[in-house]
Amino acid sequence: MIGLNLVYPFAGLVFLAFAWSALRDRSNAKRIGNALFYALIALSLIAGDRLGDIGNGLLVLGLVAIAGLGRMGRGSGGTTSAEQRGAEAGRRGNRLFLMALLIPLTALAGTYVFKQMPTLIDGRQATLVALATGVILALLVGYAWFRPRWLAPFDEGRRLMDGVGWAAVLPQMLASLGAVFALAGVGDVVGGLMERMIPEGSLVGAVLAYGIGMALFTIVMGNAFAAFPVMAAAIGIPLLIHGAGGDPAVIAAIGMLAGFCGTLMTPMAANFNLVPAALLDLKDRHAVIRAQIPTALPLLAVNIALLWWLGFRA
Amino acid sequence: MLVLAGITVIVAGFLLRFNPLLVVLVSALATGLAAGMGPVDLLAAFGKAFNDSRYVTVIYMVLPVIGLLERHGLQERARGLIAGLRGFTVGRLLLGYLLFRQVTAALGLTSVAGHPQTVRPLVAPMAEAASQAQTGEEKRDEEAAAMAAATDNVGLFFGEDIFIAIGSILLMKGVLEGYGISIEPFHLSVWAIPTAIAAFLIHGARLLLFDRRRKRRAP
Repeated sequence: MIGLNLVYPFAGLVFLAFAWSALRDRSNAKRIGNALFYALIALSLIAGDRLGDIGNGLLVLGLVAIAGLGRMGRGSGGTTSAEQRGAEAGRRGNRLFLMALLIPLTALAGTYVFKQMPTLIDGRQATLVALATGVILALLVGYAWFRPRWLAPFDEGRRLMDGVGWAAVLPQMLASLGAVFALAGVGDVVGGLMERMIPEGSLVGAVLAYGIGMALFTIVMGNAFAAFPVMAAAIGIPLLIHGAGGDPAVIAAIGMLAGFCGTLMTPMAANFNLVPAALLDLKDRHAVIRAQIPTALPLLAVNIALLWWLGFRA
Repeated sequence: MLVLAGITVIVAGFLLRFNPLLVVLVSALATGLAAGMGPVDLLAAFGKAFNDSRYVTVIYMVLPVIGLLERHGLQERARGLIAGLRGFTVGRLLLGYLLFRQVTAALGLTSVAGHPQTVRPLVAPMAEAASQAQTGEEKRDEEAAAMAAATDNVGLFFGEDIFIAIGSILLMKGVLEGYGISIEPFHLSVWAIPTAIAAFLIHGARLLLFDRRRKRRAP
């Protein structure tokens, strides 16, 4: 059956090509660091399940060593000049958009079509399988249309990847930190602290602590998924649902969304906030967070008000 | 209380601008040792979790296609298209994108758009071009690019929870079940609608204000 068992190795091969391209990139003084970093990610994607837990742990140490010692740089080589690109844009016209839309459209169609083929394709992974299919289709069209050198797409992809750099694995690192926090019982301690901060018997206090606590804990952990079980256990279930008779569906759903407001405000949510800043070559790596805070704060207030109005209608 | 050392490490590390990968690893080390885990168990736990969350890194497989398109003029074409449309502004462009992102995410189509697939090659260059047309300034408008990325996030976060089969809905259902409360995913997803509307109104208003600031800068 086609699922992550094929998507991971495909993504791994792409990273392997990035590693090869990085190694040949003479414009980057630190090219060996970049090549090793991408090769380790490729190894993780292709053979992660066979490395064992300790093997994977050592792989992470390797990644951190390369990034932590500042062994990664940025190459410039590979791409065409602004004049060439301008000329191509004029010549190729709006058909360029069609190819750009090939990936999203394949992802869209594939998500529906693949779910109808449960024996061939793992339904839970239909989206990722469809995305990979879109990438392969677009690459084939690209080779046929542009007739580039064989490695050109990977040189160009590597140029973009160099911009992201070590930030690429930060989300995975944070997910792993979350797992360690869970094993160590960090959530229970934080929940206990939160509980002690609420005035006895105050429903407003409990609603505020729950909503703000979701956002704050998400800011620290970078992920509302880590904050939710903690805040539900500390405040949501005992005080809001059992104590005050709140509607469990409202308390859970809007509580999670209060957490998402925290996600908008934290560098810990690296894949949403730091990676795009790198991908867009922004000078200020916190520019995306700065653009989001004025949306996140009023929306957090709205969520807390909604918890209060909708959660206790009965 | 000692296990909170890891959180302190994270906050301090980020403020002091150490390499974040290093900060995360040291935080895990501090937390695990404080909880009495051995170094080898800790390494194994970290490695296992790292392997289990590989799906977040898979998205970079789209970069060769995006890079190839850029090499052949996609960003220039995106800018050219915007420059040719009169009355087209950053705010209106991003407002349309916000609606598109929220609606598709609410239908479960979270991978249809995103930072590598749509923001970098299309939305951000279009936003920058629209801003340059509005203000008449030549230099890059990084604020417009950042706003494009922010709009993608807001649309995704406050659209996806309306879809019943998304991870966060399944997580909530699982947690509540652990306390003996059984809820259908549909009942959780309907309560995401009021916030989705509020997010559209708040962020949408900010996008239109963004336009007014651009207008004031125009000669």
